[in-house]
Amino acid sequence: MTLLFLRRFAGFAATLFVAALIIFLLLDLLPGDPARFILGINATPEAVAALRVQMGLDAPAHERFLRWVFGMLGGDFGLSATQRLPVAELIADRMAVTLPLTLVAMVVSVVVGLPVGILAAMRRGRAADTVLMVLAQTGVAIPNFWFGMLLTLVFAVGLRWLPTGGFVPWAEDPGAALRGLVLPGLALALPQASILARVMRTALVDVTGQDFIRTARAKGLTRGEAIWRHGVRNALLPVLTILGLQFAFLVAGTIIVENVFYLPGLGRLIFTAISERDLVLVRGATMVLVLITTATMLVVDLCYALVDPRLRGRGA
Amino acid sequence: MSPRKSMALALAALMLSAGAALAQPTEIRIGVALEPPALDPTAGAAEAIDVVVYQNVFEGLVRIDQTGAVQPGLAESWTISDDGLTYTFSLHDGVTFHDGTSFDAEDVKFTFERLLAADSVNAQKALYAPISEVSAIDPLTVAFTLSRPDGLFLFNLGRGDAVIVAPESAANNGAEPIGTGPFAFVQWDRGSRVVLEQYGPYWGDKPALTKATYLFISDTSTMTNALLAGDVDGTNNFAPEALAVFEGNPQFKVLVGSTEGETILATNNRKAPFDDLKVRQAMAHALDRQEIIDGATYGYGVPIGTHFAPHHPYYLDLTGTYPHDPHKARVLLKEAGYPDGFSATLKLPPVAYARLSGQIIASEFAKVGIKLELINMEWAQWLEDVFANKDFDLTIISHVEPFDIGIYANPDYYFGYDNPQVQSLNETLNATTDEAERKRLAQEIQTIIARDAVNGYLFELAQTGVWNAKLEGMWQNAPVEGVVLRDIHWVE
Repeated sequence: MTLLFLRRFAGFAATLFVAALIIFLLLDLLPGDPARFILGINATPEAVAALRVQMGLDAPAHERFLRWVFGMLGGDFGLSATQRLPVAELIADRMAVTLPLTLVAMVVSVVVGLPVGILAAMRRGRAADTVLMVLAQTGVAIPNFWFGMLLTLVFAVGLRWLPTGGFVPWAEDPGAALRGLVLPGLALALPQASILARVMRTALVDVTGQDFIRTARAKGLTRGEAIWRHGVRNALLPVLTILGLQFAFLVAGTIIVENVFYLPGLGRLIFTAISERDLVLVRGATMVLVLITTATMLVVDLCYALVDPRLRGRGA
Repeated sequence: MSPRKSMALALAALMLSAGAALAQPTEIRIGVALEPPALDPTAGAAEAIDVVVYQNVFEGLVRIDQTGAVQPGLAESWTISDDGLTYTFSLHDGVTFHDGTSFDAEDVKFTFERLLAADSVNAQKALYAPISEVSAIDPLTVAFTLSRPDGLFLFNLGRGDAVIVAPESAANNGAEPIGTGPFAFVQWDRGSRVVLEQYGPYWGDKPALTKATYLFISDTSTMTNALLAGDVDGTNNFAPEALAVFEGNPQFKVLVGSTEGETILATNNRKAPFDDLKVRQAMAHALDRQEIIDGATYGYGVPIGTHFAPHHPYYLDLTGTYPHDPHKARVLLKEAGYPDGFSATLKLPPVAYARLSGQIIASEFAKVGIKLELINMEWAQWLEDVFANKDFDLTIISHVEPFDIGIYANPDYYFGYDNPQVQSLNETLNATTDEAERKRLAQEIQTIIARDAVNGYLFELAQTGVWNAKLEGMWQNAPVEGVVLRDIHWVE
């Protein structure tokens, strides 16, 4: 088990390093001088040169790469080129919006998606199943920003129950902060819930054909009781895998929804940083996304090994 | 709680709510598309910085008013020596920065020495190059010595790039701006909003607003919804394609004004075939300005025939120099040796007016035989390729600097126009302080560059604000960048 952990961890570290290298190279190859961008078209060459020195852009590429990587190991992600603040601090600030938003979306998608999936599986082949699965298919197909705009029109512009967007810091008014996350959370949750519903239904349908359900039925349980008591628990495994993947996907996928709802989250931070040529910030934030994704994968992997002893033996 | 006490409380609550109902609101929420990267207008070119802080948080020695005229600011008056080389300013007494430190001549001296220093990152440093010395004569008197006369010196002192900062706080102004203006910076929730509040000890007239919140909303449909839902009270410049939603709505007012943005089809004059006057004239005749304005600005732009803002007193209407005439364009191309036309590239920055104009111009040019390849670019790439490296044939860009006709006197500028006559006229213009003479010189330059068809002159960018109908005092025009809060107030 320790060996497995070490191997997985080494793979994790190697992935991060390769990702760092690729991110750095890609951004370094981009045309456009960040200093020139900040100072605009009428800046003198001296002013641009002075800013380049201030930003450390005059050092050779390998030096800048090593400085960046070693800095990150110590928790220092560098200084944002445009905002002149530590990147780590900026990212941490934005996580206070993106993580709760992701969480809201996860909770909503589980609360809506799983029961729908279970219901469809229990009514397999009947009208309810068809209707629910068509709805789920539509949910997957509808872009979340479009759904977000629809929600805004109904609940913010029309009914004025919730704000059209924006975010009040948690410390200032937790209620208002949460209210601000409702519509974007729903918008993000829709496709996730639809996917979960479909996965849940399929997993449950698979499970119901198996021996232990037949045994349960033989013991005198009704079909519903058998599915509910034994089926659902067993079907949850693939659902958990999807949930783990969705978490990473959601964190990265908030960019558009955060723009539609003008939320100060990580996605919007990256979006603005790219348009402002703030390469230090883009690099740092992208690394955090890679870290979240790979770490989630690592955790899912290790959990699998814990749950399923067969995987341990293979040492893969 | 005793009945008497609760009665008193209820009464108090009633009076409070009645008071609130009667009083005018004194707060405003303004939606702006771009969030400033930092809040120090002396260390960055982003227009978004001035939108929040110019004349609100920071003030200069003078300020620009809504008409573009220079008004007293931190300096209550000034004298100019006869040779135009010495400006002596008398400063207001009793001015303090928002951190409580006092303002005096030493702050002015500090501000300009910092601006002109070798390691200065002021984006407009070049504008202040004529300053050779700043001396604090006494705490309330400061003198500027120029190395050469500069007719735009006062105007430039009124720009956001020349606001007065204090040695105690200047280094930190990017994150926490401290100025002398009527509004003090309170809070910046990055990615979300900036909050300003009225500064009690402000030296000048008290503004009507007590609090202003700038919300950063980049998406057009989101901004539309935020306005409709009442989540924001207005925005200074809104996407023209969405204005129709508000134009017929009595709850809103749409303010259409002008900006300093001359939108041009910038042409690489040093490169063949554009070094040929006839080719440039042919292109000028091929342009149908009204079609471009209708398509790219939804009709809100104002046609221009030269590089000058139509609202400026020196403006000369030269839109008739090269009227839309495809036949004439083809004749000129033939005379220039291009009977079948030619191919060229048109590099477009990522702004709607440029991308849309580009498509219309490509179709207009195709009618006279000029085939354009449209190349879409990001800002940073555009700045590098087109502006810094001058690697382009044609591009479309709005020049938003006020009174920037001087760029035609710089042969190294990206469009590469080299005309000694314009250069010497511009030198004389810079050295002239007499208004009538300045106007004559400026108009002569306008005429020459229009005749030479240096660039394709398209339209003046409009400012299109959308505001709650109960708000007044907003600037309709934008002679400088900024959403100046000083006169904005609510009316019933």
